[in-house]
Amino acid sequence: MPKVPIQLVLNGEERAEFVDSGATLLKVIRDKLGDTSPKGGCHQGTCGACSVEIDGELKLSCLVLAETCGGADVSTVSSLSSDGVLHPLQRAFMENFAAQCGFCTPGMIMAAKSLLDRIPDPTRDDVIEAISGNICRCTGYEPIIQAILTAARANSLTAA
Amino acid sequence: MAIRHGRGVAAINYPTGMNLGGDPSQALVHSTPTGNFMVTLSSVDLGQGLKQIMAQICAETIGVSTEQVIVDTADTDTGPHCMGTFASRGTHRIGNAVIQAANEARQVMLEVAAEALEVDASDLDTDGKGNIQVKGAPQKSVSIFDTALMAHFKYGRSISGRGMFLVPRSFPETETGAMKPSTCYAHACTVADVEVDDETGEVTVTSVKNVFEIGRALNPKMVEQQLVGGSWMGISHTLYETTEPYYPAREHGATDFNQYLMPGPGDLADTEIVVLERPAADGPYGAKGPGEMCANPQIPAVANAIFDAIGVRIDTLPITPERILRALKAQAGEAPR
Amino acid sequence: MKLEKNYFADVRNDDLTEIGQARPRSDVPGHVSGKTVYFADRHIPGTLHLKMVRSPHHHARIRSIDLSDAERHPGVARILTAKDVPQNLYTILILIQVGPEDEYVLAQDKVRWKGEAVVAVLADSERAAAEAAAKVKVDYEVLPAVLDMEEALKPGAPTVNELHPGNYYLYDSGDHRKVRFGDAEKGLVEADFVLEQTYRSSPIEHAPTETTGCLVVPEGNDRFTCYTNTQAMFFTLDNASIILQMPGHKLHMVGGTVGGGFGGKVDVTVEPVAILAAKLTGRPVSFIYSREEEMQISSPRAAETITLKDGVMKDGRIVARKVTGYTDAGAYSRHSPYGAQKGAAHYPGPYTIPNVWIDTYCVYTNRTPSSAMRGFGVTIADFALEVQMDKLARLIGMDPLEFRFINAYRDGDMKAHRQPTEGAALIECMQEASRLADWPVAERFMKMSSYKQEA
Repeated sequence: MPKVPIQLVLNGEERAEFVDSGATLLKVIRDKLGDTSPKGGCHQGTCGACSVEIDGELKLSCLVLAETCGGADVSTVSSLSSDGVLHPLQRAFMENFAAQCGFCTPGMIMAAKSLLDRIPDPTRDDVIEAISGNICRCTGYEPIIQAILTAARANSLTAA
Repeated sequence: MAIRHGRGVAAINYPTGMNLGGDPSQALVHSTPTGNFMVTLSSVDLGQGLKQIMAQICAETIGVSTEQVIVDTADTDTGPHCMGTFASRGTHRIGNAVIQAANEARQVMLEVAAEALEVDASDLDTDGKGNIQVKGAPQKSVSIFDTALMAHFKYGRSISGRGMFLVPRSFPETETGAMKPSTCYAHACTVADVEVDDETGEVTVTSVKNVFEIGRALNPKMVEQQLVGGSWMGISHTLYETTEPYYPAREHGATDFNQYLMPGPGDLADTEIVVLERPAADGPYGAKGPGEMCANPQIPAVANAIFDAIGVRIDTLPITPERILRALKAQAGEAPR
Repeated sequence: MKLEKNYFADVRNDDLTEIGQARPRSDVPGHVSGKTVYFADRHIPGTLHLKMVRSPHHHARIRSIDLSDAERHPGVARILTAKDVPQNLYTILILIQVGPEDEYVLAQDKVRWKGEAVVAVLADSERAAAEAAAKVKVDYEVLPAVLDMEEALKPGAPTVNELHPGNYYLYDSGDHRKVRFGDAEKGLVEADFVLEQTYRSSPIEHAPTETTGCLVVPEGNDRFTCYTNTQAMFFTLDNASIILQMPGHKLHMVGGTVGGGFGGKVDVTVEPVAILAAKLTGRPVSFIYSREEEMQISSPRAAETITLKDGVMKDGRIVARKVTGYTDAGAYSRHSPYGAQKGAAHYPGPYTIPNVWIDTYCVYTNRTPSSAMRGFGVTIADFALEVQMDKLARLIGMDPLEFRFINAYRDGDMKAHRQPTEGAALIECMQEASRLADWPVAERFMKMSSYKQEA
């Protein structure tokens, strides 16, 4: 299979790789670039577990061809914590017991981050809309909604 | 054409562990030289938090803090046999095995401390703060840290224990069906409120109020996780889920999450949960298994509420808008009689 | 969530230090940071990908299999058929003597459900495996299928599985598990009202966010490490050992955090064939269900049909209950004979009824094999039982909640399967629900207790 060279920034670090033509960004991030935080729950764009940001926009990495990402700035949930300090969303998910099996959590948190970047003080309906492309089978969603609202409140307190 | 309101109730019980027993689980516990404890299992954590609960059970039994307990599991090279994580058996079966192993390890730990303090082991107790002390004379004490060090390097003792829990297998009597399916049962009662649009057949579950009796909430927040998620799944089963929506035709079976219907975050019922605790005689600290039971009572409660709202019964799951409209149509056809 | 501590306070010791505390979960920091390792979070260079060729028919005879085009496809390393599997016939609960072995790892001579595994293709990439799988030519002779339990039990119905003549599971008690307590027929005759109703359900998918799968690595010493998301490590190890005729010490199962199970990962459907492939090729093998396979191939919760016939008195006492339950196993047993038996043990529900008659059948059809799922054997039974309770209450003009109090089991009551009730708490749950939902019931019900009544 022909290999395609790509260069991109993943979680703030410049990376270069030869990828299979037709390989998804999800596969390349996980198998080639060694960040397994985005999960492959369906590989058909219906579960949201693979959600990442590409140039600041929330995308399903299972539906993006890696070869189209040359020069892109890609971030996964791995980018949210640094030096062991967790992002307010990550803390809120922990404190609200919003994760059970955890498989949807990285994608869920990326969807929530994208929301809070756009709307720092979201309503409940904003939160629901933001995560409506992310499937969770364990929690019944309510703890996740509460975690995101909690993180937004914590953020606005810090900002004030 | 109107939105019709209805309310329904259901009450259930649920057995803990594999039906008819015969499902063993083992645990091994040992201390590190510095007084931390390892629990070794082959059990699987499905996301419900089995590892955390086993750590809390071991900590309570030995008399240390939960942070000092590490659970190593799901490896058949290191962990002793476990039947598996299903049948609401994890907490009950594996928890009991951990208690037995932890008690044996605790006994060795107390014997070592007794030797160091030159007292009888039966006169010692843990203080919950990392020390072993003489009952009634707390000034005479030794830390668990030092006890573990001494056990390893001075006395040559292994602070360790083995645990096994097996509910003996019951075989049903052929003609009468006399049998012992389970040793303890969890309970629940759910009241559901619904709105049914009699024009579209759509059902909105506006609220579910669930009361669950689960023996003992070993970690209340984790219990809440399972109960809230289970309640959601029960509603989902009632109204949405099937792999064969046009059975017996298979052509339209769902193959992704767009086609396989479940309530999304915008479709949630207002969910209230109350937990009662009647400890099970053979449960680890009284715990029963809530994992499966919590998704059951919503189904009949919602079905009964739908009848209360529209006066027709749908006795086939899932209760889809199509089935509701057909039933309403049939009822209207009969009405003039 | 509220813990209502005033119930059963007299039998509970609440002074524990680690138990009963809402300690943070030690695994969740890993979940929120994406560092928790699931089985598929391992990338091992040189891994072969397994793609299964599946039956397009509900029931068919396999006349021939032509692998020639598929074998020539670039990237294909090996193709497996039934003859490659040392002990192709298995059933998961054989270790606890719930037989017979009735299912083939890879279809042999016949397929019995649409989606049954026939040929396993191993290639360097998922794409090559899928392309080669499409080139496998299987010549089928389509046979009549039966997709309905009642049809399957009729004389002359197509035989789904020759190992289950008559299309039912053979218990020691015959074609069904039975429970007999008191005299149900007499109770029905003496009852003021009799109500007979039938309830039905459809197969339900577990839909865990992580699909079923495994990754097998040959260790180079004739041992194989299998990273798996099974719910039961030793079900997998022991069944793989039997199927592959390999001593258990050659196998090493490693689990970890599983991305949801709900009963869907209790079957042993991926590991044995993947280990076999790793053994025959000497290479790591990955076999992970696609979402489509998870939805339509992995075994669902069984479809059930349940008929309840109850005798009830005007004062609210249920005096007889007859239950006939049918569990659709699909084409093979897996955990369904166990589930049907669990149903027999569960009826008549949490109520004390003096005359009970229960028959539960496990029926074979050409549907997808059903198996374990959260509450199976009980979940659909509870739907039937509790809708029936509502109907019975309305039939005699009684409040549905009060009707349940009248019949609720209490400590010491004899159950239909002849165990005395212990540790009951149904009454207290209903009392609290009455308060919580503002659903008033008569004072005498609020004063009841599950504790054994003094004579």
